[in-house]
Amino acid sequence: MTAQQTTGTQSSARLGRDDLARLIASDIAPGSYVNLGIGQPTLVADHLTPERGVVLHTENGMLGMGAQAHGEDVDHDLINAGKIPVTELPGASYFHHADSFAMMRGGHLDVCVLGAFQVSAAGDLANWSTGAPEAIPAVGGAMDLAAGAKQVFVMMTLFAKDGSPKLVPECTYPVTGLGCVTRVYTDHGVFLLDRRADGSVRLVLREAHGITVEELRRRLGVPFEVASGV
Amino acid sequence: MITIAEDAAEAVGQVLDGSTVLLGGFGNPGQPMELIDALLDSGARDLTVVNNNAGQADAGLALLIKERRVAKMICSFPRQSDSWHFDEAYRAGEIELELVPQGNLAERLRAAGAGIGGFFTPTGYGTVLAEGKETRVIDGRGYVLEQPLPGDIALIKALRADEAGNLVYRKTARNFGPVMAAAAARTVVQVDELVPVGGIDPEHVITPGIHVNTVTVIPTASGEAALKEIA
Repeated sequence: MTAQQTTGTQSSARLGRDDLARLIASDIAPGSYVNLGIGQPTLVADHLTPERGVVLHTENGMLGMGAQAHGEDVDHDLINAGKIPVTELPGASYFHHADSFAMMRGGHLDVCVLGAFQVSAAGDLANWSTGAPEAIPAVGGAMDLAAGAKQVFVMMTLFAKDGSPKLVPECTYPVTGLGCVTRVYTDHGVFLLDRRADGSVRLVLREAHGITVEELRRRLGVPFEVASGV
Repeated sequence: MITIAEDAAEAVGQVLDGSTVLLGGFGNPGQPMELIDALLDSGARDLTVVNNNAGQADAGLALLIKERRVAKMICSFPRQSDSWHFDEAYRAGEIELELVPQGNLAERLRAAGAGIGGFFTPTGYGTVLAEGKETRVIDGRGYVLEQPLPGDIALIKALRADEAGNLVYRKTARNFGPVMAAAAARTVVQVDELVPVGGIDPEHVITPGIHVNTVTVIPTASGEAALKEIA
């Protein structure tokens, strides 16, 4: 439990991508094993200082992944899941694909951070397909990460370009996994999804940025509780 | 006993039309490019190919697809910025696609090599990729039954083999190599270096020679740099 879970905050401006990445990084417990999804979630790595001891996993078969490699540091046998050259940190290890996904599916990763098209109030995640008929489907490791990590953090904008909310009563896009999301980090605020013993989910606004709780209630089609202090 | 082949063509040999071919590699690391070129030259067709992706740019698997030699692709992530040959074949209805979540793909290969008749996985439960598959709720959690995925032949790349067929890989080039080697009836490996029996510390062997049939030495730029590093 971090302090921010119980004491909500509110700021006047919405969070930029970098601020959001910093916020997520600060919420990851020291010593965690973490997988950062392709795209925006990789920004979180920039804010994980070495003294935190967070170990990054890349699903193509490595723990202890370092920063992106440049120039002479590029090794053609060392890439991340996004196929970008990376570096290895002291203490790194390599393993084959089945072991890598067993690590994930077996619940050994503490946190994964994924992008999303939509998250439902029940914690269903949609991030792999828009369901467009002409699109060629591709899933990669998204479903494995959603099903496997102990905590699934979603990093996304709260509203789509057309203004429609991405936190929804039920996903309209094809789902990646059911009831898997534990937190949603957005430019306008952070939502916690607490699963009750009966399987239902309590959705709590932990902090809001650049938007009032009243406007959030009006624009989101889902009911939510508000943490004290927000 | 393994066979040491003179070159890629001899190593790949005759691949029957309609074979299921397991191709190692994730991105460039671990891609047995020269073996895939030899497969292309061999003329085999109506292939079912298993790889994480569906070919990149104008090389290797992408060329097999361009030449319409692949009837079916089993992969997790076919669509990339440079997967134009697959995209074209798919849109023309000239290639079948079986889309499998990446971890299920790896585990199906592992199951085939390990003699497992199928397994229940939480990955994909409740999604369109589980449609038509048997499901089960175990301890309150939903699982999907996935089938093993054996191959007729595996083409993989390793850094080094000894003459007993024991393999050592390099960094993230290991990826699918070990599970594909075990999952195929015949496994062909290209390596940068072949050493005598005893030349690899038994504690360091990643794929034991029992899973390997044929080895051929094909020096590559990445392997050369790596071998210089450890010499």
